[in-house]
Amino acid sequence: MSTSVVLNQAVKRYGEVEVIHGIDLNIDPGEFTVFVGPSGCGKSTLLRMIAGLEPISGGDLLIDGARMNEVPAAKRGIAMVFQSYALYPHMSVYQNLAFGLETAKVPKAEIQQRVAQAAEILRIEPLLKRKPKQLSGGQRQRVAIGRAIVREPKIFLFDEPLSNLDAELRVQMRVEIAKLHKDLGNTMIYVTHDQVEAMTMADKIVVLQAGIIEQVGAPLDLYNNPKNRFVAGFIGSPKMNFLDATVQGSDAAGAKLRAGGSDIVVQRKIATGDKVTFGVRPEHIALSEAAGVKLAEVKVDLVEQLGGQTMVYATTDDSQPLIIAVDGQRQVDLGSRLTTYVDPARYHVFGADGRAI
Amino acid sequence: MTAQSISASARIKGGAVGSSIWSRAWENHAPGYLFLLPWFIGFFGLTIGPIITSLYLSFTHFDLLTAPRWAGLDNYIRMFTNDRNFVASMRVTMFFVIFSVPLKLAFALGVALLLNRGMRGLPLYRALFYLPSLLGASVAIAILWRQIFAGDGLVNQFLALFGIVGPSWISNPNYSLWTLIVLSIWQFGSPMIIFLAGLRSIPQDMYEAASLEGASKWRVFWKITLPMLTPVVFFNAIIQTIEGFKSFTPAFIISGGTGSPINSTLFYTLYLYNEAFSFFRMGYASALAWVLLAIVAVFTAFSFFTSKFWVHYDD
Ligand SMILES: Nc1ncnc2c1ncn2[C@@H]1O[C@H](COP(=O)(O)OP(=O)(O)OP(=O)(O)O)[C@@H](O)[C@H]1O
Ligand SMILES: [Mg+2]
Repeated sequence: MSTSVVLNQAVKRYGEVEVIHGIDLNIDPGEFTVFVGPSGCGKSTLLRMIAGLEPISGGDLLIDGARMNEVPAAKRGIAMVFQSYALYPHMSVYQNLAFGLETAKVPKAEIQQRVAQAAEILRIEPLLKRKPKQLSGGQRQRVAIGRAIVREPKIFLFDEPLSNLDAELRVQMRVEIAKLHKDLGNTMIYVTHDQVEAMTMADKIVVLQAGIIEQVGAPLDLYNNPKNRFVAGFIGSPKMNFLDATVQGSDAAGAKLRAGGSDIVVQRKIATGDKVTFGVRPEHIALSEAAGVKLAEVKVDLVEQLGGQTMVYATTDDSQPLIIAVDGQRQVDLGSRLTTYVDPARYHVFGADGRAI
Repeated sequence: MTAQSISASARIKGGAVGSSIWSRAWENHAPGYLFLLPWFIGFFGLTIGPIITSLYLSFTHFDLLTAPRWAGLDNYIRMFTNDRNFVASMRVTMFFVIFSVPLKLAFALGVALLLNRGMRGLPLYRALFYLPSLLGASVAIAILWRQIFAGDGLVNQFLALFGIVGPSWISNPNYSLWTLIVLSIWQFGSPMIIFLAGLRSIPQDMYEAASLEGASKWRVFWKITLPMLTPVVFFNAIIQTIEGFKSFTPAFIISGGTGSPINSTLFYTLYLYNEAFSFFRMGYASALAWVLLAIVAVFTAFSFFTSKFWVHYDD
């Protein structure tokens, strides 16, 4: 019943400038896919190409196997929720929801029934007579989603729909959109630059940078096995620590790295003398030997007590910053020296080209 | 000096000159008021003064040479009961306003929509289309207009190419007012610029949302563009209507100041002008001016009242 979306070597050019460089992507029916990446990486552009708001300069877009490049936006069976909501300010909420159906010449009785149904799902029934300016940000967001729902599209597209909401509401709406996806079962594509949103909502995350795909995968897949340094740094919060390291020697057991002023043996095959990056997430660093192998001696610069977690900002002997997240409330003195340990299964090594080794 | 002693000496100074608000205001802000003086002179001497004087004169008979004689409501009574020219000029002006304003606004909006599609050389076109508005109310253009629409003018020479013998547009009472309406529409530049700015301020994603929903251009115009433009339409309508009521120069030039032929271009302002400066009935002319003001005020108030029902302000 649900719908697949496929991109083959999709390219977008604005005049001379190419901003999307040949993207291949498979989105399975019913999947919740999140495009994530830093500002300007082309998330919105890619979404708008799928929507039909931007012409595709090269390659193919297939929806349910049919080529859609030249099909007008309204005929692609998609609905889109805009970051700005794009509600019509002069129409009531009801009229906003009904506009698309009226355009499609749906009979009046059916419009009423479909609007009522969407309003019930989103709990905006009491607001139907109001104008958008009489709504709060969260309510406007619901109306914008309602406008997509009433059209019963095959695919929902969201472009940073929550970025205008405050933190609390954002979490709440995030849950609601996820629930909506579960209830409706449609294919949904969601753009955000917030990696927490991506991690919590997605079946599949597409990490973009500068118009190319860095990695595609399930949230935990990206967290556990980032293919490169960019993805490793982008996914996960707080960010992964990166220590510059040199390979001192290498044998069958692994390579000996000099990182953070001390030596650590990693089970990788790397040539002696290579410059590499040693990556480890703050939550995978421990302060007791039981956790694994010794990483480095550090000096404590700053401590943040978050209640459930203690964040320690420290510097290694060769002046590289290292963030450590310790569970629970731990008393750590500023300026004190700590010895850090790391679980051998949970560190990452990246070559000079940024690729994971 | 300490802050205390400064405020103390200021108090002594203020107390010495006088204790009224005015003298203290003068004491404290004299240089400011001096700078304002030219404006005050202009405002009171050239604007407020004449306005109040004209109100007084409207209750008098006054021929500029002898002192005004108090006439009570005579002027007003005569206007509403016994003045065919008043009625005629009112009819001409109303006709002019009712046709020229909507046509001009429609034309201005149409051109603004075309220009808003983002064509090359937009600044050039914008300037060219705006030009007539700068020139339009001037004497030179009115004279040019007279040449164009005269019996042997450009329009008829053009029509002659197709074997059509055109009338003398400006001396035929059936067409003379229409030539002035066309002249007024031709000056669509300033409402067009304002429409263009209004169109630019409609968020693009509004149109994108509509296009995703499959709305035709026609539907988008009527359901989105026009409603979102209503504040600008309202503004333009008010301004242009007031302009229309005040319109004087073109009719004066084209009819040689007479409102001919057979009063077909006797604009209200033209009639007023003739009463004042041809027949030296200043009192009556003043009364005419005040009635025009009242009409414009009533119209504007009415427009504001109706705006509740059709003008959409967002946020
Ligand atoms: N109309 C345009 N003309 C030229 N370049 C454009 C145009 N629109 C976007 N770009 C460029 O395309 C690139 C991708 O833009 P896009 O809006 O897709 O980024 P994004 O990933 O959505 O960023 P953000 O998170 O800030 O929304 C940017 O470098 C941008 O400068
Ligand atoms: Mg974007």
